[in-house]
Amino acid sequence: MFADYDQIMERLSTQALWDFPGGVHPQEHKSLSNQGEIQRLSLPEVLYIPIKQHIGVHGELIVRVGEQVRKGQPLTISDNAFAVPVHASSSGEVIAIEEHVAAHPSGMKEMTIVIQVDGLDTPYEFEPMSDYTKRSQEEIVGAICKAGISGMGGAGFPSHLKSDNVKPIEFLIINGIECEPYITSDDRLMREHAWQIRQGIDILFHILQPKQVLIAVEDNKPEALATMSIACQQQDNYHVISVPTKYPAGGEKQLIQVLTSREVPASGLPVDVGCLMYNVGTCYAIADAVMEGKPLIERVVTITGKAVNKAQNVWARIGSPVKHLLTHAEYQSEQQDYPRVIMGGPMMGFTLSSVQIPVVKITNCLLLPAKRELPLVEDERACIRCSACADACPVSLLPQQMFWHSKAKEYDKAQEYNLFDCIECGACAYVCPSEIPLVHYYRKAKADIRQQALEKEKAEKARIRFEARNARLLADKEAREEKHRLAAQARQKAMKSDGGAAKDKISAALERAKAKKAAMAQKAQQQTVPAEDISQPESAAQDKAIQDTVNNTTNNDAKKLSNEDAQAPELDDKKAKVAAAIARAKAKKAELAAAKQAPAKEPAEKAHDKAPVSKKGPASKRKAAKTTKRKKPVSKAKGKKTTDD
Amino acid sequence: MTKLNVASSPHHHNMRDTGQVMRLVMYACIPGIALQCWFFGIGVLIQVALGIVTAVVTEALIVELRKKNTERVVKDSSAALAGLLLGISIPPLAPWWIVVIGSFFAIAIVKQAYGGLGFNMFNPAMAAYVMLLISFPVQMTAWLPPEGLAQQSFSNIDAIYAIFAGFTVEGYSIAQLRVGYDGITMATPLDHVKTSLVEGYTVGEALQSNIFSGAWGVGWSYISLAYLAGGLVLLKLKVINWHIPVSMLGGAMIVAIFFNLVDGSQFGSGLFHLLNGSLIVGAFFIATDPVSAATTNRGRLIFGAAIGMWVIIIRTWGNYPDAVAFSVLLLNMAVPLIDYYTRPRTYGHRVKNASSSTKDVH
Repeated sequence: MFADYDQIMERLSTQALWDFPGGVHPQEHKSLSNQGEIQRLSLPEVLYIPIKQHIGVHGELIVRVGEQVRKGQPLTISDNAFAVPVHASSSGEVIAIEEHVAAHPSGMKEMTIVIQVDGLDTPYEFEPMSDYTKRSQEEIVGAICKAGISGMGGAGFPSHLKSDNVKPIEFLIINGIECEPYITSDDRLMREHAWQIRQGIDILFHILQPKQVLIAVEDNKPEALATMSIACQQQDNYHVISVPTKYPAGGEKQLIQVLTSREVPASGLPVDVGCLMYNVGTCYAIADAVMEGKPLIERVVTITGKAVNKAQNVWARIGSPVKHLLTHAEYQSEQQDYPRVIMGGPMMGFTLSSVQIPVVKITNCLLLPAKRELPLVEDERACIRCSACADACPVSLLPQQMFWHSKAKEYDKAQEYNLFDCIECGACAYVCPSEIPLVHYYRKAKADIRQQALEKEKAEKARIRFEARNARLLADKEAREEKHRLAAQARQKAMKSDGGAAKDKISAALERAKAKKAAMAQKAQQQTVPAEDISQPESAAQDKAIQDTVNNTTNNDAKKLSNEDAQAPELDDKKAKVAAAIARAKAKKAELAAAKQAPAKEPAEKAHDKAPVSKKGPASKRKAAKTTKRKKPVSKAKGKKTTDD
Repeated sequence: MTKLNVASSPHHHNMRDTGQVMRLVMYACIPGIALQCWFFGIGVLIQVALGIVTAVVTEALIVELRKKNTERVVKDSSAALAGLLLGISIPPLAPWWIVVIGSFFAIAIVKQAYGGLGFNMFNPAMAAYVMLLISFPVQMTAWLPPEGLAQQSFSNIDAIYAIFAGFTVEGYSIAQLRVGYDGITMATPLDHVKTSLVEGYTVGEALQSNIFSGAWGVGWSYISLAYLAGGLVLLKLKVINWHIPVSMLGGAMIVAIFFNLVDGSQFGSGLFHLLNGSLIVGAFFIATDPVSAATTNRGRLIFGAAIGMWVIIIRTWGNYPDAVAFSVLLLNMAVPLIDYYTRPRTYGHRVKNASSSTKDVH
């Protein structure tokens, strides 16, 4: 289906590349910012260093508030393959570790280490590895990880994960395309630091052992093409390739398609088609990390747009607030109708909600459009199904169909149209004559689908839990009933055998146990008569009266009298004698009742007592908890009785 | 600047909006309309004006009733385009109420009743044309002889009188205006050939009529070429894609040439079918209506080719001399099906069409 290695090499030798479908040609506006050298930016007063600046999880925090840190000192350590450490970009004191508004489209907050910069820029000790050719892949990958490098082209994928590759690679692709309008940070980096980029490529070549290295630069950057060609001319298998300018040629999948005609499988990785891709900025950082042991603490950021007086590229420390950069570039707020700062390019960048947001590892551009430069689109109009979007789509989707279904929240249908293959490049929305923010609809649909999947998973777990609980309760009930039945049988047998020579040893044992229990129960019963009464649905007043009388006449003899007599309190008030008689009768009756009840009560009690022992696991624990709960009223009543005494 | 303006990417737009697209299509009609005026008088201009005004007013009223942003909707010029396309499709001296009823029907029933722009299944102008043709066959087939072949010439004032009162200033009716200088009521070239064939003549004999010069229908063919020029401009400006015009003309040519080769005396040549009737204007201006056409590129090829074939089939064996409107409406109905089975292969996916990927999903 796709071209093989030899075909690709032949094509490359004739500079006849492939193409990807669709794409757009927006105005470039690159000359705004690519004329001068990359400027050194003064240190900001405060650095805000988010502890997670890449795809994955954050590392473990290893500094405390109040601690002095030096430039390049690690602030977190990687405790997980998907964690990338962050470093202090300058020396100073950690004044806070708190939530701070993050470089994210949502304007959400993220845990951030705030450093009060002391201005001395005291460096941390680095461990260079200049003899890297003698080092193993593992050691070098470790150094890349330790330096906190994540992809600097935009996605922020941890570079050490990519570099830890063991699959055979035909083409190591170095991405110097920079297809987004306005952005020139890679352009300037290639022009000024081609040699160091080349060093980074050498390191990657050493650990990955690809057959060929393809350094792809868009043909709108002739200077960068020239410098990269000079820097790489000694290596026979390094090829600097001029790629026709078309947005989004710099997308990983698109660039692979342009250079090799191959397509990364829908659920696969570039390495599945023998390719691995790094951004030129990442190569530069890798060279720093390995040759000098220097972590990623600064990067090139383009500050551009017609609302800044001095559009330029700067070396910005990671964590510098955007405001610091804007001041440097002489931002003119009156040039804008409404304050608007875009981080990234006009096609895929996002607007910032605050100028206190810090520069992070993926920040390649700050774009400040003047009035009418990048006007906000008006309200969307109806889709006229013109398919301009489909013609522009670089991955051959049908954006208008996806829009239709996303808007109607028919997410299953949207997914049938491969919604999740959308790379959100914005080409469709760029050409849409109805000015529909298509990408926004896709993002929302994707988020909703993910949310639904999450909820479905939760509901499924809840269902399983519920069913397990029902099954458990049923099993418990059955077990209980079985025990009751056995106990009843045993009792019947015992009555038949009349306590004499029992045929069945078990029944005899049961009998003995029963007798013992009955005796114990009787004792207990004598003490807890009122408590037993409380549990019965009788009026509280009556109970109280009974209790009182019992208390008053504990040692008196009892005559037979109706226990259900509701007049008891009155009688008690009138004549102590009558009360005493009643009390006596009641005490007697209680005794009798206790004797009678004991055998019947026994099995139930047994079941309660045994449950925690006979069953193990959470079910029995819960059961135990329930048993104690059920017992509570009894003990309360007991307590009451004591106080009454 | 504490509060910053937040918007979703992309922040860049190529600034060609729906209104511009629609207006470009209207401008591209200008050469064709100019030639129509040259050969058939200014009637077509009046029809176009009536069509646009009725369509826009109808659209505005309905959108107002639906409580939407009327100004915005009217500015997209889609109603005006539908009115214009209907105006150029009907006989130039048809009574004024023909185009008014048609435009109202196109906008109110075919477009707004389905939900407005983007939701209509059928091409509004063509649905209205078919409705008019079936309801008012006499008025809708009262085509005039082209300039130079008519017995009575008429002025611009006559045209206005004829449209609004039914008679010219001198009192001639439209039926009288249709009489050629040989005293016979003139038909359109397609009509003429069709009638001749029914009467037992061959195509060759039919083409001997003074309405033809070779396979070229006098007047009509030049108008077609003028619309072709406008259509090519639209292609060049990327307002329309090449798929539908090319496949529609190609499909028509394949069928026409095939039958012409089978029996040249009974079936017109490819050139005859191409130049006469509304095949070219249909291919560039009618079938390319984005709303009611297929949306995938492969789908557009099928859509266009099928329309072209239907046009020739109906012209040859059907009751009507021309068939662009019928064919377009027929294929409008097939669009959802065509779209479903012609989805492009997405990057990184192996499955060729949607049906198999659908199976994967479920």
